[in-house]
Amino acid sequence: MAQMTMIQAITDALRTELKNDENVLVFGEDVGQNGGVFRATEGLQQEFGEDRVFDTPLAESGIAGIAVGLATQGFRPVPEIQFFGFIYEAMDAVNGQMARLRYRTGNTMNAPITIRSPFGGGVHTPELHADSLEGLIAQQPGMKVVIPSNPYDAKGLLISSIRDNDPVVYLEHMKLYRSFREEVPEEAYTIELGKANVKREGTDVTLVAYGAMVQASMKAAEELEKEGIQAEVIDLRTVMPLDIETIIKSVEKTNRVVVVQEAQRQAGMAAQIVTEIQERAILHLEAPVLRVAAPDTVYAFTQAEEVWLPNYNDIIEKVNKVINF
Amino acid sequence: MGKYNSIQCFCEFCKNNTQNKKDIRKEEVNLLKRTLENIESQFETFQVLNEEGEIVNEELMPELSDDELKELMTRMVYTRILDQRSIALNRQGRLGFYAPTAGQEASQLGTQFALEKEDFILPAYRDVPQLIWHGLPLYQAFLFSRGHYHGNQMPEGVNALSPQIIIGAQYTQAAGVAMGMKKRGKKSVAITYTGDGGTSQGDFYEGINFAGAYKAPAIFVVQNNRFAISVPVEKQTAAQTLAQKAVAAGIEGIQVDGMDVLAVYAATKDARERAVNGEGPTLIETLTYRYGPHTMAGDDPTRYRTEDLDSEWEKKDPIVRFRKFLENKGLWSEEQENEVIEKAKEEIKAAIKKADGQPKQKVSELIENMYEVLPAHLEEQLEEYKAKESK
Repeated sequence: MAQMTMIQAITDALRTELKNDENVLVFGEDVGQNGGVFRATEGLQQEFGEDRVFDTPLAESGIAGIAVGLATQGFRPVPEIQFFGFIYEAMDAVNGQMARLRYRTGNTMNAPITIRSPFGGGVHTPELHADSLEGLIAQQPGMKVVIPSNPYDAKGLLISSIRDNDPVVYLEHMKLYRSFREEVPEEAYTIELGKANVKREGTDVTLVAYGAMVQASMKAAEELEKEGIQAEVIDLRTVMPLDIETIIKSVEKTNRVVVVQEAQRQAGMAAQIVTEIQERAILHLEAPVLRVAAPDTVYAFTQAEEVWLPNYNDIIEKVNKVINF
Repeated sequence: MGKYNSIQCFCEFCKNNTQNKKDIRKEEVNLLKRTLENIESQFETFQVLNEEGEIVNEELMPELSDDELKELMTRMVYTRILDQRSIALNRQGRLGFYAPTAGQEASQLGTQFALEKEDFILPAYRDVPQLIWHGLPLYQAFLFSRGHYHGNQMPEGVNALSPQIIIGAQYTQAAGVAMGMKKRGKKSVAITYTGDGGTSQGDFYEGINFAGAYKAPAIFVVQNNRFAISVPVEKQTAAQTLAQKAVAAGIEGIQVDGMDVLAVYAATKDARERAVNGEGPTLIETLTYRYGPHTMAGDDPTRYRTEDLDSEWEKKDPIVRFRKFLENKGLWSEEQENEVIEKAKEEIKAAIKKADGQPKQKVSELIENMYEVLPAHLEEQLEEYKAKESK
């Protein structure tokens, strides 16, 4: 097995699927000759040719729009939106069109499209690069939203997303791209969409997290262990559909929950998760379900970014509150 | 010069030099103006038949057999009756959303007539007639109007998407369909429609620009009926023609008399041939007019159009003009036209009856149409609605 960073695992997944299915097309701004601004598509145009891996004009709505058109011709498009903050340019093409194709056509057509896109804070980008906008897509029926937290998951989840016959937005946290390596199998493997991963077992409190907040939650859990608190950490992996079953099972065991997201409190998935828990497991709760999230401002200017972004200390603080409730 | 250049000097040399600069400036302004004028003057309205039904452009007269000419007329008459009946049915509450088509028959059916079965149509909401003549059964068109998803299920072999509601969204999709055809090595085209208002959308430009960049076999039709609901085309853009917007995308553009079915057909046929020969997309602007309101949902055209303008355009009517042409050739008579009208009325009646017999739409079916495999939360909701529906 090879040691890979998350971005290498993503490239590997794209290569695997380009080889596996001739209908897979990879395209977007700078993805061809340049191999993508983060090198996620490095070498793919050279290997698979310009017909299957190609640069597009600089227009996000056009990119998402041609993906829908290509899907009607039996292709399996994997477009890249260079930074997820640019998705606003394509909101109709995604939520208004792609998400509805199966529904609109009474199940006679479908959009097997995977939009890949970098997002996430802590890397000092200009405005509209780092925003956590998963909630905007997750609130649109018809879409799925996948957010890997590590290289192994990144490959398996991307292969599953590409093979899925419904549209998926696959979000890649920029801070995780090269932050660590781990063993990633060279062969093709899938990780079922909509299934969470219990990353760490515990008995005292459940931390529900996704993306870069999984790492922060794991770190918080390690610190909490020193104080004798056993935290269970759930990595959602797919935020739409949510793996409610896994969350509830954990809540029934620990009776205390903190939901952790990088998005603002009013955005993201946390409010939805809290609602599901109170509807299904209120009698198992020993304390209110608390959230760790960014404040409800527009994404922070970089000078304030480190304070604005939730971190493991914020998680510990909330855990102590639910433990001492 | 250098540090002295802010001091004004009145020597002959400097005076001349200043004058020269002014002249150059003036010429630059003229140059820019000329460029735009040059472009706009290129876009003359292409016509084959004038309002009297006379051929004014013999060399561009498309090659159509007598039977094909009669078929074109049949379709236009049929579609006019369909429009009249649809409006009446809507008023009786027997149809839902409906966007009237009278006046636009040449633009709609002339373009569709130039297509082959394997070509793919991406219509806007007023473009239901093209779908019907491409193979969508009439009762399904009525179901679309009533908001039943079966209206959007294209039968096997009917290459089309259901009508698009968002103005311009179909333009980028058409570029994608055409790119896909090219990648598959198909000898077919994607054709899409929007109105004059649609050309103001970003997606309009993105669509024609993508198709141009990839030389994709697409035909982009702009049915310029002069009003985007109430806003006149003059307020939509400073461009003198909408066809000239093709220039910015580096693709072919042509403006045709959209009340002249032969001109519309000829332009589309030509665009199709170019497209399948790998010569790239074409933008076709058809100058047309909708006699009726924007939709049947309460639009009142007297608020923004004059009777004079209405009658000016009614004189250009595509059916009247084509009838004169065919009658002169001895190919058409009142009797024939009445036959078409009767046939249309009967078929419409039968189609409405068939639409009435369609099983009522269930929320559980809508839930089932969301994903290939339903996620757990929708499985729960499906059970909930199935229980409700079984009561």
